[in-house]
Amino acid sequence: MNERDILILAIESSCDETAAAVVRNGREVLSNVISSQIELHKLYGGVVPEIASRKHIEKINQVIREALADAAVTLDDLDAVAVTYGPGLVGALLVGVAEAKAISYAKKLPLVGVHHIEGHISANYIENKELEPPFLCLVVSGGHTHLVMVKDYGVYEILGRTRDDAAGEAFDKVARAIGLGYPGGPKIDRISAEGNPEAIPFPKAKIPDAPYDFSFSGLKSAVLNYLNGCRMKGEEIVTADVAASFQKAVVDVLTEHAVHAAKERGTDKLAIAGGVAANRTLRRTLEAACAKEKITLYYPSPILCTDNAAMIGAAAYYEFRNGVRHGLDLNAVPNLKLGER
Amino acid sequence: MKILALDSSGLVASVAVAEDDTLLAEYTVNYKKTHSQTLLPMVDEIVRMIELDLNTIDVIAVAGGPGSFTGLRIGSATAKGLGLALDKPLVSVPTVDGLAYNLYGSDRMICPMMDARREQVYTGIYTFAGGTFQVIEPQTAAAVAKIAGRLNEIGREVIFLGDGVPVYREMLKELMTVPYQFAPAHLNRQRASAVAALAMEYVRAGKTETAEEHAPEYLRMPQAERERAARQAGGTV
Repeated sequence: MNERDILILAIESSCDETAAAVVRNGREVLSNVISSQIELHKLYGGVVPEIASRKHIEKINQVIREALADAAVTLDDLDAVAVTYGPGLVGALLVGVAEAKAISYAKKLPLVGVHHIEGHISANYIENKELEPPFLCLVVSGGHTHLVMVKDYGVYEILGRTRDDAAGEAFDKVARAIGLGYPGGPKIDRISAEGNPEAIPFPKAKIPDAPYDFSFSGLKSAVLNYLNGCRMKGEEIVTADVAASFQKAVVDVLTEHAVHAAKERGTDKLAIAGGVAANRTLRRTLEAACAKEKITLYYPSPILCTDNAAMIGAAAYYEFRNGVRHGLDLNAVPNLKLGER
Repeated sequence: MKILALDSSGLVASVAVAEDDTLLAEYTVNYKKTHSQTLLPMVDEIVRMIELDLNTIDVIAVAGGPGSFTGLRIGSATAKGLGLALDKPLVSVPTVDGLAYNLYGSDRMICPMMDARREQVYTGIYTFAGGTFQVIEPQTAAAVAKIAGRLNEIGREVIFLGDGVPVYREMLKELMTVPYQFAPAHLNRQRASAVAALAMEYVRAGKTETAEEHAPEYLRMPQAERERAARQAGGTV
């Protein structure tokens, strides 16, 4: 191992995935262990915070042990411990934060608290070694929809955000309404392949004076109204068509905003991040739009789009190099703002 | 044998280091700051004060529940992280047992009460017989009236303690038919020293667990699970 190599153990427990990873120099993933609770939360149609927190505490040591073993390192080889401390579910975050603090304290290792969205953005560094700021990033997940200018490592300007539902949240709610169940994103993605995206013209919200902001609650209501209308008139509901048309409405807005922002900001690099970045239609549509505008599109593999700790290790590396250190009093911050430290 | 003990099960945050029958340090705070911010800095404070090398600790003891769900997890995750990093076993001490152990040696009925809301308390009944800790009713979540009834039935003098006391003091006045007292300030809340002392007995009895195995004992299901179980049973919540 090179003498200047920086090895970071990263821990992530902000929602329903207990995850740990070992990352070298921010870009090389030595291990990436994810214990998903999704099957458990399916029973409730969404993530139950108390159940998520209980699962985290049951799994966290095992996940960390596996991450160290997979990377063939011990705690003594590490340079720092990193942990997501917000945003997310407070009870879930606290498990990772308390665990990471205890490990860093007992092993006298620097502690680096990481913003969850900064992690998602940084997931792009792992497989795109040439990607460096500045670039534009569209962050789309179950909890977040942000259009972010990444000006430098750890320096962000939020150009736009959702005014109501996150994109992934809209996917979940619509999936529930058309009987697909939870989690909605992958299910709508799959069934849409068999549907006609032009079948139903759902609205695409534009917000006056805020060209980069998003709104998905109107779209969600339009889908619900459409379904009610069909039921009242006794018309057949073609689930695949509803899914495909809804998905197109979301994807078109995301694509238009992102490409518009890239052009306005004069950047030829666009990255996408977060769970919804794994959506195949979003990737295809963005790829076509970016090719036309000569913008290079970056996206992580699906495994790095979902919540994981490798992305936290990637983000932590640049924070660590910038001198960011957290103390033993680090707390979970459920509504942490991007760029806040 | 050197034990580091943590209790963040209630409003109190408490940490202690004990070596055999000597308490080396204890730090207890009953103030509004969150355990997430205070617990580990408190550990660090006593560790520095007694120049403790963490690697010389034999066991990490933690109040393992019941209590505030979040508080329990902060204590547990801290203990699990320390256990993982130091490669040491854990002892999970039942929170209510730990509270009862504050009153070591009493031959009266010891009844800790932690407010569990919804007119319930986390409670149990304990006593000492010839210096031996006896669990008469193991810790449980119960209605105040139910535990009071059981104490009346036993018919012996009682000492109450815990953060449930100020909440249910008036109710106890009406319910209790046997003589009772309330433990004073220095004994009536969670103390990590009691957790450490009781943990010594656990270690001697071989009741340790790995840091990986450990999880809190909540004594209550998550609300969503309770409601789901009720729905499936066809009843109402």
